Parts: sequence; structure tokens; C-alpha cells
Amino acid sequence: MEHTKTIDTGHHEAHFDTKPIWRTFWILLGITLVELILATIHLKTGFPPKLVVNGIYLILTCAKAFYIIAEFMHLRHEIKNLIMTIAVPATLFIWFIISFLWDGGSYKELRNRYDRHHFEQQQVKAPPMEGEKEEGHEPAAKKPGAAE
Amino acid sequence: MAQIAPAGTKWWSGGKSPFNVEYGKLMMWYFLMSDAFTFGAFLISYGSIRFATNGWPDPNEVFRAFPLMGSTHLPLVFVSLMTFILIASSVTMVLAVAAGHNNDQKSVTKYMILTIIGGLMFLGCQAWEWTHLHGEGAWWGRNPFPNADGSVATTNFTNFFFTITGFHGFHVFSGVIINIIMLIKNLRGDFAKRGHYLMIEKAGLYWHFVDLVWVFVFTCFYLL
Repeated sequence: MEHTKTIDTGHHEAHFDTKPIWRTFWILLGITLVELILATIHLKTGFPPKLVVNGIYLILTCAKAFYIIAEFMHLRHEIKNLIMTIAVPATLFIWFIISFLWDGGSYKELRNRYDRHHFEQQQVKAPPMEGEKEEGHEPAAKKPGAAE
Repeated sequence: MAQIAPAGTKWWSGGKSPFNVEYGKLMMWYFLMSDAFTFGAFLISYGSIRFATNGWPDPNEVFRAFPLMGSTHLPLVFVSLMTFILIASSVTMVLAVAAGHNNDQKSVTKYMILTIIGGLMFLGCQAWEWTHLHGEGAWWGRNPFPNADGSVATTNFTNFFFTITGFHGFHVFSGVIINIIMLIKNLRGDFAKRGHYLMIEKAGLYWHFVDLVWVFVFTCFYLL
């Protein structure tokens, strides 16, 4: 039983045309392949620095999320009220991500600086895993604050 | 916005849904919103811990195996296959929704079966991966993988990995169950009798959400 009525806002045929569905599929597949190729290039050559590669991954991830929500979940074709009731609360994530990652990073810096025992413990080399031929890289002290 | 409502529509004047969707679908959206925050909290706490830790295992070293390929070093290949399976099952789900709009009961059945198969394939892949990692000594509280810089890693890596992929896998599992129920209802002709396939759309929203979460899990655990 439906107590609420919905209004046909037109363009009904265009809505469930299967063409945009397949187009979205190819876009999603293409983005995933780009990520895979980028990761392989980075592994083999180390060329785009890790930070750059990570930035590209995040942008591509957001693009994939947009296409899934907009096309597969059909949100792009709903009325503005519905889009806003989902999109506005979702902006909380911006604060959520920035503040918590910032906090984690700050905790690391402070702990490395003031808890030397913890910092030294973290430099202990792990025994090589079975089937592993070469040793890992030098445990470089990357953080200038920690190296002092 | 792709479409504009007829001019002069007063969405908030009562008598109709101000969101122009039926009640159940709106509530599905709100449920997915809350679920997004649950997953967001998981993934952000993972990020927070990772930012707070000096070293972290290299995902390309941990997730390098492929079934029947022995110890060949194939980073990302298996997980890309899993991503592909989930995206493909999302497509068949939209096709089922589209078929429902055309009141095409047979096509709905076909696409729902394909979607369910995709979900089961994904779960099978995940079961294999978990078994493989468990065989290497990884589990909650146990982490055999060293950090990328060769130092001893904490168990945070495996704890977060198994918790979050497990929580996601459980969502996939419930999605498959929901889809099976929808398939049975469709085969019984419940939707044809009702005259609409809105239940398929609601199950579809949930299924796409599972795919959406996987996109973020894929990035956070396997790429970054």
C-alpha cells in the first residue's frame, strides 16, 4: 500500500534506457584499469612519487563513487529535495576525514618526539618472511622532528 | 540535476512526498546514509591509526597471490578481479531495475539470477583470500607481515583488514539473501500482481551501496 504519491516528472523513457548503464559500466571499469596500470607503473619504476599516485587514486575513487551514486543508484535523476537530503549530511565526511587524519598524524609526531623508547622499538627489523630473498630498505628516519 | 519538475510544483504543500519517492525508498536512502557513516567511521579510524603509526605493511607485498598461481608475484590482480565482479553484478542489478520498469517479469528473473551469481562469486573470492591470508599466519591479533621499511608491524593492519572486509563481506552476504528473496517474490509473481517492481529498486539501492563501499575499501586497503 502506498500512502504517498509520486509525480511523474517526465523523461520516463530516457530514465531506464540501458545505454547509460553500460556507459557507466565502461567508465567504472576503465577507471579501475587506470588505477591498476598506475599501480603497476609505480611498482616497476617508482616514477610518479607515492604521494602523487595516492592523490590520483583518491580522485579516481571519488569519481567512481560519483558514478555509482549518480547513475546506478539513480540519484542524479531524482528531484533536488532528495539529492540535498542525502548530499548535505554527507558533507560531514569532509570534516570527519580531515580532523581524524590530522589527529592521527599529530599523535605520531608527538609520540615519536617525546616517547623515545616507542620510537626506537619501531625501528626493530622484522625477521625475513619465508620465501623472501632480499632485505627491506634502510629504516630511514623520515620525520625531521623525530630524528633530532 | 537532470530533470526539472513541472513548474509550480509545491513539494512541501502536503499530499505528496516532498522527495518524490515512495516511503520505503526514501527510508532505504536514509538507512544507506547511516550505513555510510558506519563504514566511514571504520575506514576513517583505520586511516587515523595508519597516520598515527610509523610503519605500515606494503599492500603490494601482502596481497600478491592469485588462486592456482602458487607464489607468483601478482599484486592487485586478484582484488581487481573482485572489483570487476562486483561492478558487473551492479550492472545486472540496474538492468533488473530497468526491466522492472518495463514490467518485464522474465528479464527481472534473468538479471536477478545474474546478480546473485555475481554476489556469490565475490563472496567466494573473499573466502579464498581470507583462507590464503590465514594460511600465511594473518588473523585478528596476528600479523606476519613486516612494515614496508622492514621493521616489525603492529597487528593493527590485520585487525582493520579483517574487520572491515569482514563487515563488508557480511553486507554482500545479506545483499545476496535480499536478492534471493526478491527473486523468489518475482518468480511467485508478487510484483506482477502489485503492478510495480519498486521492491527490486530498493534491493538494488542496497546492492549498489555494497559496491560503493567496496570502491573505498579497495582504495584504502589495496591501493594506498
